[in-house]
Amino acid sequence: MEARLIVSTSPHVRTDQDVQTIMFQVVVALMPALVGAIFFFGVRALWLTLISVATAVATEALVQWLRRKPITIADGSAVVTGILLAFNLPGKTPLWLPVVGSFFAIAIVKQLFGGLGYNVINPALAGRALLMASWPVHMTADWAAPSRGVMSGIAQDLGLDAVTTATPLNLFKMSKQVLSDPNALAGQVEEARVALAALGSRGTLVNLFWGNVGGCIGETSAVLLLLGALWLFYKRIIEWRIPVSYVGTVLVLAWVAGGTEGLFSGNVLFHAMSGGLLLGAIFMATDMVTSPVTPNGRIIFGVGCGVLTMLIRLVGGYPEGVSYSILLMNAATPLLDRWTRPKKLGERTLMKASQ
Amino acid sequence: MWRRGFPGGTHPHYHKDLSSGKAIEELAAPEEAVIPLHQHTGAPSEPIVKVGDRVRVGTKIGEAAGAISVPTHSSIAGEVKKIEPRPHPLGANILSVVIANDGSDEEEEKAVLKPAAEQTREEMIGAIKEAGIVGLGGAAFPTFFKLSPPKDYPVDTVILNGAECEPYLTADHRLMLEHAEEIVQGGKIIMKVLDARQGFIAIEENKPDAIALMEKLVAGGNGFRVAEMPERYPQGAEKQLIKALLRREVPCGGLPFHVGTLVQNVGTALAIYEAVTEGRPLTRRVATVTGSAVAEPKNLMVRIGTPVAQLIEACGGYRGEVGKLIVGGPMMGLAQFTDEVPVIKGTSGILVLTEEEAVVPDPEPCIRCARCVDTCPMRLVPCTIQDYVEYGLLDEATDWGLMDCIECGCCAFVCPARRRLVGFFKYGKALVMERRKKSAAS
Ligand code: SF4
Ligand code: SF4
Repeated sequence: MEARLIVSTSPHVRTDQDVQTIMFQVVVALMPALVGAIFFFGVRALWLTLISVATAVATEALVQWLRRKPITIADGSAVVTGILLAFNLPGKTPLWLPVVGSFFAIAIVKQLFGGLGYNVINPALAGRALLMASWPVHMTADWAAPSRGVMSGIAQDLGLDAVTTATPLNLFKMSKQVLSDPNALAGQVEEARVALAALGSRGTLVNLFWGNVGGCIGETSAVLLLLGALWLFYKRIIEWRIPVSYVGTVLVLAWVAGGTEGLFSGNVLFHAMSGGLLLGAIFMATDMVTSPVTPNGRIIFGVGCGVLTMLIRLVGGYPEGVSYSILLMNAATPLLDRWTRPKKLGERTLMKASQ
Repeated sequence: MWRRGFPGGTHPHYHKDLSSGKAIEELAAPEEAVIPLHQHTGAPSEPIVKVGDRVRVGTKIGEAAGAISVPTHSSIAGEVKKIEPRPHPLGANILSVVIANDGSDEEEEKAVLKPAAEQTREEMIGAIKEAGIVGLGGAAFPTFFKLSPPKDYPVDTVILNGAECEPYLTADHRLMLEHAEEIVQGGKIIMKVLDARQGFIAIEENKPDAIALMEKLVAGGNGFRVAEMPERYPQGAEKQLIKALLRREVPCGGLPFHVGTLVQNVGTALAIYEAVTEGRPLTRRVATVTGSAVAEPKNLMVRIGTPVAQLIEACGGYRGEVGKLIVGGPMMGLAQFTDEVPVIKGTSGILVLTEEEAVVPDPEPCIRCARCVDTCPMRLVPCTIQDYVEYGLLDEATDWGLMDCIECGCCAFVCPARRRLVGFFKYGKALVMERRKKSAAS
């Protein structure tokens, strides 16, 4: 035979799914939420996202070019980072903010560690954390009112400060603080009670479900994020363990400890749909590079994220805990992988003698 | 159906329809047969013929040497031309007996055997060893050895493996359709040898005709049951099959007899039947010749030692640009440098891929997606083991299960970063074996 035969190790066939198709499907899954962001927060949401993505991709290309490495922007991972970073910004933030955030996320958090696959923490979340630390005012006060709904998801005639109570979780936190403050005035207490009742009302939950509330541009619509999740499950891009254990833990803890009338009185739907929980659980905790590879590691990772999120929400100083809890669990990932090595087939019945 | 399954697994495209409808055709004996003296796991056999000797079909040309070894037989009648190292499908050049066919196809006289029913256990095992029978599913482990487990490990269950989970291959499927009776008889011999209490014929659900036929044959309640297995690669891997069927876990580093089980490929059962009832040595086997770069895929009955090129010719030759020639299937088969390599006892198929299909994608950095972990049927963590092998940390790699890897290929098949995981594992295992040998010697 004349032709030169290709010789390589088995297997000689592979699935169609490569890194590029995975990232592409993640981008597709984020599209409903992007449409929602534009619908609720205006065209500015689109600009924030585009600028963030452009910066992420350009930074990746630039750093790789400077380091004389192959340029891998075609794999789509920088696009995903760019979108996620933008989704974690309030609607009125200045347009340079995503530039700084994405540059930091890609140049420092991702490429400095060696590029895709080598970063320890999620780049988008690290970028957001940097922005929070450096420009807290922009990150916590530049809320844009959703075009259809109201900031807190409840009617604003409660006389609460429109800016500081911008998101449902903010209002929740403030009201709880008032209730636990022995020096609070009677009027304030009454107001807080009304606010909490309103937060748990059907009307608020409906608003949270559709996304008619204040918040970061990509995090408000539960239904659109869940749509993305369905797509990712259908395309077998992500696996159930992390999102289910994360959301599940939040649900349980919210029910047990998230209420105002003692234990087991929490409103689980409110906690599940508010803040960045769904965005985080579906799109950021599931970041493959920074989450454990072992099945049990993934469960512990999700539970850990859930516990930390609720700790921060209910006890900590911030109204919202999703990003910090995921970042903390990112840092724990190498250890989790080590501690949760699966039992090999036949390890249960291992023969000591033959070893 | 046995739905309980084994851990992991995956679903490669099966492509079995290329050849599953083609009845087994007998391929003419080659003009020249190249018969390697090493076609099985264990020590090679030693040549007992000289250049110039006349041999017949079934003449023993190599004698078993060592505890785990079997004899080798001539597959044609003619004259021994050379005894020299020749290219072998497993890679290296291996000492082989080259025989020129004289066209007579004269058969060697067969050993006179008692009727199978009157043979003792030892006589049957002896006949199986003398016939040079090895596992025909691909692993080529000497069968007589598997049939003689240590006394402390009684085997109560025999599984005839007709799962044939490797994509493209249909040789076992055809054998089950065309030689069902003999296969069941062979299975009964195995059960008798081991004094086993139950027998299964395990077949993947994608072969309903074989399942129906076997079910009819065993309907009389003669110790065998047909187990319809879900279609999932590697359903036919020994440890996975035992786990799925019996919930038994072969211990790490152990063999099926440690859990009272024996698995034999259906083709092996047929060979056992022929050896014990007719005294016929293993000189031929069925191989599937298939792939999109073969003009007309077929299932062929071929003499051991026939050059692969001849099989291709019998299938209408190559079609289009040939990219890769594989002995075995696409998941575990071995890519060849040349089509001059001979068919050996373990050759279950020849797969020819087009240039386009054969492109080997460049590996990228691992994105830790855990797909390899979720698919590994041994429940290993392939991405971590590959890191350790890559950095030369063999102790860590072994600790994480390197030596337990069955090289099924699931991990590399699903890896989106196209990492060459199995290549690293084969390499790492070789290094570990070498090291063990050295430390045993010193
Ligand atoms: S499948 Fe490939 S990319 Fe994914 S974790 Fe395993 S080795 Fe890494
Ligand atoms: S080749 Fe080895 S590591 Fe990979 S899936 Fe198969 S058994 Fe697991």
